[in-house]
Amino acid sequence: MKSLARRRAVNWLMTGLCALALSAALVPLVSLLWLVISRGFAGLSWSFFTAIPAPVGETGGGVGNAIAGTLYVVGIACLIGVPIGVGAGVYLAERGDTRFGDSIRFTAEVLSGVPSIVVGIVAYGLVVLPMRRFSALAGGVALAVLMVPTLARSTEELIRLVPGSLREASLALGVPQWRTSLRIVLRTALGGIMTAILLSVARAAGETAPLLFTSLNNQFWNWRPDQPTASLTVQIFNYAVSPYPEWHDKAWSSALVLLLLVGALSLMGRWASRKKFR
Amino acid sequence: MQKLAAPKIEVKALNAWFKQNHALRNVSLTVPENSVLAIIGPSGCGKSTFVRCLNRMHELVPGARQSGKVLVDGQDLHARRVDPVNLRRRVGMVFQRPNPFPTMSIFDNVVAGLKLNGVHGDYPQLVESSLRQAALWDEVKDRLRHSALSLSGGQQQRLCIARALAVEPEVLLMDEPASALDPIATARIEELIRELRESLTIVIVTHNMQQAARVSDATAFFYMGELIEHGSTEQIFTNPREPRTEDYVTGKFG
Repeated sequence: MKSLARRRAVNWLMTGLCALALSAALVPLVSLLWLVISRGFAGLSWSFFTAIPAPVGETGGGVGNAIAGTLYVVGIACLIGVPIGVGAGVYLAERGDTRFGDSIRFTAEVLSGVPSIVVGIVAYGLVVLPMRRFSALAGGVALAVLMVPTLARSTEELIRLVPGSLREASLALGVPQWRTSLRIVLRTALGGIMTAILLSVARAAGETAPLLFTSLNNQFWNWRPDQPTASLTVQIFNYAVSPYPEWHDKAWSSALVLLLLVGALSLMGRWASRKKFR
Repeated sequence: MQKLAAPKIEVKALNAWFKQNHALRNVSLTVPENSVLAIIGPSGCGKSTFVRCLNRMHELVPGARQSGKVLVDGQDLHARRVDPVNLRRRVGMVFQRPNPFPTMSIFDNVVAGLKLNGVHGDYPQLVESSLRQAALWDEVKDRLRHSALSLSGGQQQRLCIARALAVEPEVLLMDEPASALDPIATARIEELIRELRESLTIVIVTHNMQQAARVSDATAFFYMGELIEHGSTEQIFTNPREPRTEDYVTGKFG
């Protein structure tokens, strides 16, 4: 047996290594947050959240239309992607133990590894070319394609976590299979599925590449699905690659707004899926 | 044993398989109305499979097959016009581990069988009578809107019994209903079984021989998928015909 002193030393060393790994993981995160806040905070004002961008050379202006556009495009993506993704996940969990199920699973895995810019090209071909214009709808389709595979896989995993005893309890009460799947199994997994939806929404809201040639950009407010739409990420990209220093400042402020938006979304999700009972 | 009562359940030459595994071999027995049948036997002897054949839960397991006949009130469960979903409303089941629905309140758990099937009715009245029947009402009447998971294990199991009773079954199957509970909770469940016997027919699987002796009218001893002996509880425990039954009830094996 090893001596107590030696085991204490090993314990101390291992705890130290874990702490080191933790700080190594935290350094990039904290420095990123610090950079965005310190450079972006000065540019924040009420009008930055509500106004549309000012033309070059003029001061003021904001990214109100880009915030609205990001929410709009992500909203369209959710309308398309959430039913398909969650529905596919339910199917895989309940009926997926077949060769067909395996092929869907494999496809979802491949699809989740496709670079987002490629997904953008697909949406360009599917929506932009036939409609002959860039549109919010095309951006929504691109983001939905990104959401579906991860959503399907995580929904499947979450449903498989629901204990079989609950399904049996429901069936033994004379509840048909389909209603058991919907009202008991899906309902029990709903908290986790909400979290999965929000994670995919947060990820979609942060995408730039698939929006560049689908929803494009817009200097004005837009609420029509068949028109080009501004989005925070594309706006950040445009500001950041511009030659004007004051636009660089706007890029930092917009990045901060995007962080706040995603943070607010996940807080809302936590709140919505909180436990109903104590 | 009540010889005069009408048979509620008749099982004729029942065989059951899980893929290649022959889990039940040629079992035949009869359960009279308003009686309690205890099923005893070592683990893996087919006890649970047997009760799961009585409400057609067995066929839900992938690879499961069966042959033979099960009749409830003289009606073959596997007749083409029998809907397993309707059957399970007549033949209720309580499982080994308490399994209340975690997303529902105590109230909603009791009426789950009706609510999920879209049956309307006087829910508050039904909740009270079911919980009273399950001897749980006094403990939970002030917190019906709390989560079912806020109850103790024994209370959860009685909640599951109330949930099964709320759909007003004629037969109640209990698959080791007290094996996950402490002695006090077990005593309450056993008391409950003796009361419920007035209004329905009960088949209870148990590992606990004393429990079988305390609650049942008749006892069936299963071993390796076969029904070894079936008779009145008194006879099985005091004067078994089969040596294997005697060895089991006296604790020589199993």
